[in-house]
Amino acid sequence: MEKTINFTLRVWRQKDAHSKGYFEDHKMEGITGDTSFLEMLDILNERLVREHKEPIVFDHDCREGICGMCSLYVNGHPHGPEGGCTTCQLFMRKFENGSVITVEPWRSAGFPVIKDLMVDRTAYDKIMQAGGYVSVNTGAAQDANAILIPKKVADEAMDAASCIGCGACVAACKNGSAMLFVSAKVSQLALLPQGKVEAARRAKAMVAKMEELGFGNCTNTGACAAECPKCVSLSNIARLNREFIKAKLKD
Amino acid sequence: MWLSSSTVGRKVVMSISGLFLILFLTFHMSMNLVALFSAEGYNAVCGFLGANWYALVGTLVLAFGMFVHIIYAFWLTIQNRRARGNVRYAVVDKPKGVEWASQNMLVLGIIVIGVACFHLYHFWYNMQLQEILGKETADVAACVLGSANDLSGVSVHDGYSFIVATFSNPVVVVLYLIWFVAIWFHLTHGFWSALHTLGWNNDIWFNRWKTIANIYTTLLCLGFAVVAVAFYIKSL
Ligand code: SF4
Ligand code: FES
Repeated sequence: MEKTINFTLRVWRQKDAHSKGYFEDHKMEGITGDTSFLEMLDILNERLVREHKEPIVFDHDCREGICGMCSLYVNGHPHGPEGGCTTCQLFMRKFENGSVITVEPWRSAGFPVIKDLMVDRTAYDKIMQAGGYVSVNTGAAQDANAILIPKKVADEAMDAASCIGCGACVAACKNGSAMLFVSAKVSQLALLPQGKVEAARRAKAMVAKMEELGFGNCTNTGACAAECPKCVSLSNIARLNREFIKAKLKD
Repeated sequence: MWLSSSTVGRKVVMSISGLFLILFLTFHMSMNLVALFSAEGYNAVCGFLGANWYALVGTLVLAFGMFVHIIYAFWLTIQNRRARGNVRYAVVDKPKGVEWASQNMLVLGIIVIGVACFHLYHFWYNMQLQEILGKETADVAACVLGSANDLSGVSVHDGYSFIVATFSNPVVVVLYLIWFVAIWFHLTHGFWSALHTLGWNNDIWFNRWKTIANIYTTLLCLGFAVVAVAFYIKSL
């Protein structure tokens, strides 16, 4: 028989962006270890609905760690204390019986709360629209040997591309800086020949947009990379700085 | 101007002024070490750095570097606090691998500057400033603070006597040691962080820079501490 746990869930409730939020405690009993964190919230929400209460609002979509929709600041960590995984892939077996689990929304001026645990992350879309793409049609996939790319470079680009745009980096950052996200998006393209052409313009446009949207200045504390569910490396920020400084010096 | 209008630009200014200040500290530390070996040697160095035009230019450049570093520090911090928003997390847990210093750079910087003012009062005020003002002997009022001995009448060129006097006071020595610890924390993060901001980093160099920063900063602070402690022991 799989272990089941009982605990108190302390969730942030907030009616809308302008209301004052508060914590609400819920007793959870007999939750099996193979319940995912979001399924556990589903269980609670079904109970709330049965009791004719407002269910808790939270973001989710794929529930398999690829879409970047789930968020939640669990016990002092974005995506929970587990590390290297998203909230949707966090399982209840990681929590202690009898503990208090505190769930908060991302807290950053760039990501205002919409309701309860759901925050507005359109700022990231706007940064992407500022230049996070290649503006030429690169055609169908080439034969692998048509454009030679060193394995190391390809790996680095792939690692940067694993960013799912969840915003945990901003949530973790004491400066509310989006540098890890922006640097991952700049790096995944700057490293490859198709993206290199527009690298300078992209770095400038995305950094400018990030700033305009009110994200903070990076002070290299590294909390972002430590909490990133996709383990995006801090070196991407150095690469972004390099691209940006090079571009500005050329102007 | 991108050095003030862009987030990366502002960080570049922090990095370059910071690295410049590390360079200055390195020079300052080497000069202090001379005092361990020879009083004349030390006073000769002080002589170079009196009220000559090049020493004055150097002082102004240094003051400017510090000024920029401090102004930018406050500016960046204000912006970052705003970006963070007003609501704090109820539960915070420091993620693994995040240096304590990196999250407290402003506080550490304020401690460093605070004691630096005290330090300037001990030495610079009595030496270069008095020389610029055309006086030949130290200002009595300033000396009462740091030293156990009466320093009125000591020549402004006699830096060695100022060291001897200042570090004969255990309270001052302890204060200076606390100062060096704050500098150590500030620099262990600041050093590699500056290179990172300048784009001079990657996955391999990441740990190398951190190690170099730790070793360099430790040697630097030890160099300063050794002189302070040695002169205290000599004074016993
Ligand atoms: S860098 Fe990591 S934490 Fe930031 S948005 Fe991308 S996946 Fe999320
Ligand atoms: S719901 Fe898609 S990543 Fe978690």
